[in-house]
Amino acid sequence: MLAFIARRLAQSVVVMLVVAFIAFLVFRYVGDPVSSMLGQDSTMADHEALRERLGLNEPFYVQFYHFVTNALQGQFGISYRLQQPVSQLIMERLPATIELAFASSIIALVLGVGLGIYTALRQRTFGTGVIMTLSLIGVSLPTFLIGIGLIYIFAVELKWLPSFGRGQVVDLGWWRTGLLTESGLRSLILPAITLSLFQLTLIMRLVRAEMLEVLRTDYIRFAKARGLSQRAINFGHALRNTMVPVITITGLQLGSVIAFAIITETVFQWPGVGSLFVNSVAVVDVPVMAAYLVFVALVFVVINLIVDILYFIVDPRLRDGAKSGR
Amino acid sequence: MTEPVLSIKNLVVEFPFHDEVFTAVNGVSFDIMPGEVVGVVGESGAGKSMTGSAVIGLIEPPGHIASGEIRLKGERIDNLPEEQKAKLRGKRIGMVFQDPLTSLNPLYTVGRQLTETIRAHLPLNEAQARQKAIDLLVEAGIPKAAERIDSYPHQFSGGMRQRVVIALAIAAGPELIIADEPTSALDVSVQAQIIKVLKKLCSNHGAAVMLITHDMGVIAQTADRMVVMHHGKVVETGTVGDIIRRPREPYTVKLIESIPTIVRQEGAVLPSAAANDDKAYVQVKSLVRDFEIGGGSFTKLLPGKTELFRAVNEVSFTINKGETFGLVGESGSGKSTCAKMIVGLVRPTSGQILVDGHDIWAGGKGHQERRKRVQMIFQDPYASLNPRWRVRDIIAEPMRTLGIARNRTEVEHRVAALLTKVRLDPGVMRKFPHEFSGGQRQRIAIARALSSQPEFIVCDEPTSALDVSVQAQVLDLMRALQEEFGLTYLLISHNLAVVRQMSNAVGVLHNGVLVEKGPTDQIFDNPQADYTRMLLDAVPDISKVA
Amino acid sequence: MTDLPHSPEQPVAAAKPSRWRNFWRSDIVWSYRRSPVTIVASIVATLLILMAVFAPWIAPYNPFNPATLNLMDGFTPPGGASYSGNNYLLGTDNQGRDVFSTIMYGSRVSLFVGVLATLFAMVVGVGLGLVAGYVGGVFDAIIMRVADVQLSFPAILIALLIFGVARGLIPPNQQEGAAVWVLILAIGLANWAQFARTVRGATMVERQKDYVAAARILGVNPLLILLRHVLPNVVGPVLVIGTIGLALAIIEEATLSYLGVGVPPTQPSLGTLIRIGQQFLFSGEWWILLFPAITLVLLALSVNLLGDWLRDALNPKLR
Repeated sequence: MLAFIARRLAQSVVVMLVVAFIAFLVFRYVGDPVSSMLGQDSTMADHEALRERLGLNEPFYVQFYHFVTNALQGQFGISYRLQQPVSQLIMERLPATIELAFASSIIALVLGVGLGIYTALRQRTFGTGVIMTLSLIGVSLPTFLIGIGLIYIFAVELKWLPSFGRGQVVDLGWWRTGLLTESGLRSLILPAITLSLFQLTLIMRLVRAEMLEVLRTDYIRFAKARGLSQRAINFGHALRNTMVPVITITGLQLGSVIAFAIITETVFQWPGVGSLFVNSVAVVDVPVMAAYLVFVALVFVVINLIVDILYFIVDPRLRDGAKSGR
Repeated sequence: MTEPVLSIKNLVVEFPFHDEVFTAVNGVSFDIMPGEVVGVVGESGAGKSMTGSAVIGLIEPPGHIASGEIRLKGERIDNLPEEQKAKLRGKRIGMVFQDPLTSLNPLYTVGRQLTETIRAHLPLNEAQARQKAIDLLVEAGIPKAAERIDSYPHQFSGGMRQRVVIALAIAAGPELIIADEPTSALDVSVQAQIIKVLKKLCSNHGAAVMLITHDMGVIAQTADRMVVMHHGKVVETGTVGDIIRRPREPYTVKLIESIPTIVRQEGAVLPSAAANDDKAYVQVKSLVRDFEIGGGSFTKLLPGKTELFRAVNEVSFTINKGETFGLVGESGSGKSTCAKMIVGLVRPTSGQILVDGHDIWAGGKGHQERRKRVQMIFQDPYASLNPRWRVRDIIAEPMRTLGIARNRTEVEHRVAALLTKVRLDPGVMRKFPHEFSGGQRQRIAIARALSSQPEFIVCDEPTSALDVSVQAQVLDLMRALQEEFGLTYLLISHNLAVVRQMSNAVGVLHNGVLVEKGPTDQIFDNPQADYTRMLLDAVPDISKVA
Repeated sequence: MTDLPHSPEQPVAAAKPSRWRNFWRSDIVWSYRRSPVTIVASIVATLLILMAVFAPWIAPYNPFNPATLNLMDGFTPPGGASYSGNNYLLGTDNQGRDVFSTIMYGSRVSLFVGVLATLFAMVVGVGLGLVAGYVGGVFDAIIMRVADVQLSFPAILIALLIFGVARGLIPPNQQEGAAVWVLILAIGLANWAQFARTVRGATMVERQKDYVAAARILGVNPLLILLRHVLPNVVGPVLVIGTIGLALAIIEEATLSYLGVGVPPTQPSLGTLIRIGQQFLFSGEWWILLFPAITLVLLALSVNLLGDWLRDALNPKLR
């Protein structure tokens, strides 16, 4: 098991290095960092001085090395647009994104898995038909439209919930949370639902498809032939076998919630890293783009590791070390 | 007179398919007496499996029982509500499926699967159920059962898993066991043991057996009575000895005639004279093939030792022109790897293959010579024809690729001639493979092989995916073509009876080693190697009818 | 061998007239006839596509011709009387543009970007998937690892990044003209991995089949084997992913345009129209947002429904 995790860790490092390299390429070659930082009225001498100071005259690999070592310390330079350190910008906005992503992940996971199991077990019923149709509408509705619709109904027409922002927040050290005040919680409801809907439909459809697949296998047929109760077959056998593939894909889906929050944050003017990123893309604020890319990759790698470990726990065939992965 | 355990009367099972209704079982009636082993035999599509599913109440929807009765100890069970049917399963009727690799849930230990079954039916606590589970495993012949009970299914071999499956089926002491092709996925040597275990456990626990199989040999050795089914109907019922020796119905007569046996039959080819090895048409010399095991593509990039597995180990044999060499072996014996090396799909690690004096792995020239002379017929006629191509293009591909014929009318002309040779109507050349049955597809595959005008054809299990009656026709065709074109065959098969009837000489492959080779009669009538003797003993054959 | 209804031997003789009957009775047509939802979806999709393709000829107004615009007609509600007396079925926006016509032109942009981006993703993904699946080894491992990593990022993020990078590389004076192509590139590159993964899987299955071995024995060129043998057999799943991918691409384009990083406002797509409409939603001019939104959802939904049906029809056992 330790060897397995070590190998996975090594792979994760490779992935991170590759992403860092891409981020570095973006950072270094998209636009001209010097003129972006100095603005219009600067002299050639200013340019040259800044190039020297930023290390842009050094060989390529040295620059990449600096980029990686700086990144390891959380240093991604100064935002062109906001003229503040990127790391500071991200840290300020991170709690907002994480709280949003966490809330919507829970909604997506609980409802997605629950409805997936329900629709797989109750095939050909009216309820399943309704849920499946709704889920198709769900994947066809762009997230931003869902957000606008929810705002219109619950904020503009019914005036039950706020339409933008985080409401009142409380500082816990550097972590600024909206979970401790009523207005903060009320502000979270609409964005969390908006963000969760797409993942919810995906997870539900996935769980359903996998469970139907499992219910058709020989060992389920044999379990029936052995006279086990319907309950034991559905929840003892089918569900556990369904979870093996579901864990992987669901894990990755939840990982992507953080990046997916970009849209939701824009619609609800949620002060998270996603809206920071969108604003940066529009004006090609390269340091922020590069830092965000590395940040999302880190989330992905961590979730991937957790998924692998879960996999290990669920599937005895892996524990034997006979196979090295998927 | 005692009451039958199972009594089926006029059973009809229907499958609605689009607008039509397909009748899988059409008015089947038979009885099974207590403690009796009844074989239900038939070719694919006979409805035998569906009859078994109907009895245990596991027909996949939209299939359903349309009419008829099923009685268990006189009590009608086909019309019971689902919950009550579920109570019969395992408790009064047990079932064994074909493939032991997929019958067990891979995520639970065999012990847990046994105890949950036992406790679902018997009033035992966990410890008692576990003890009973161990007893059952011991009875089923699992060595060190007390230790192995906590192993997962993937830690057992196929034969061992089927023992576990049988133990599971018998666990709650049912009166009837339905065994649906219980040994068809297993090797011959394992097959014999599993049949013994099944019979022993059922007689120990007083269960009658409904043994569903396509293999008349298995029934001949196992069953008391048999029911012959064809197209959803019962053709003939009687004791095994009666039906095999004195079949009454024309269908049964034909069926029994088409079953090859390992005893020398009239019409079998003559054993070859001792070949002069240096002049033989095909010479295989010290063939070796190693495979690397384990590791993904990335780990292979890293330096270090990779573990090697020797699939084929120093195999040598020769084939005279116009003769057939039968290569026999169980799964994993390396026989298919041999075939792939001879046709040029897998490069040998070492050794030499000469066809008509040309070393076929000796660079471009060798490849050229091989393509002209060597062809192959594959096992699965469903996978060996490209489903998106028309029959004409499939058969024409070799002649086009090798430049034998390019002009359209000439190609069509040749394709038509080939189709006639394999006894198909040339008019079918515009059709797609899915419009043909398995046997017809295999004929098309043979026509494709002949299309490049080869002299030597490697036949890898050419009939094992086919029903026996179709198998007999394809084998006949192969023999006729051999005579007409002077073809040389390498016949690779796990089926000893087919090899006996088709080959001049035989080689027996075991774990990559050729343990014995020689003229056919000598190998079959006077085997020298222990392994060959064991194989011949284990073969279920209708000549061995009790 | 299981006794399934498919196994009975088919008679070989088949007369001509039955060809149409066979087609009519084939699984795919059968499932189409049996699914009213699919029939409706295909009609809706066809209408929307026709509307978009022929917009310049059938739209009641040309909303992008300043000469015909009447600013005084701005904010006319649907069916309501306008200042100039023109009739606007779905009302007008702030600049007096006919909403119905902007939708037709907008769908045209959305579909153009969606179709080209999907085709681009398809060509790249199918090509790489075929080669990776057939060749295997290190090439396969690299391609698939890249696809895995990319698939775990939302396509919208990848598209945003590519878009941002392209913005930085293209001189500002050419950006407006290049925007549509950058968008196609960004969405296409964000979506290739799904094709590659599916095609690679299917190719690995097909490669093991004996008809490929038969061709290899003959020494048929591997490229020909891929194109003539393997490719036709992986078309089914590619079609399914292509259809669902089209719906995704349309949504992604709309999202990017909504986020303000998509097509320029001079050439608005459905997403841009929604972005514009949102400004007026809270002041009561709901129609400027609602009708483009409905069109977008109808388009995505009908294409999605067709994809869903196609998947079930090509894979009947999954029902």
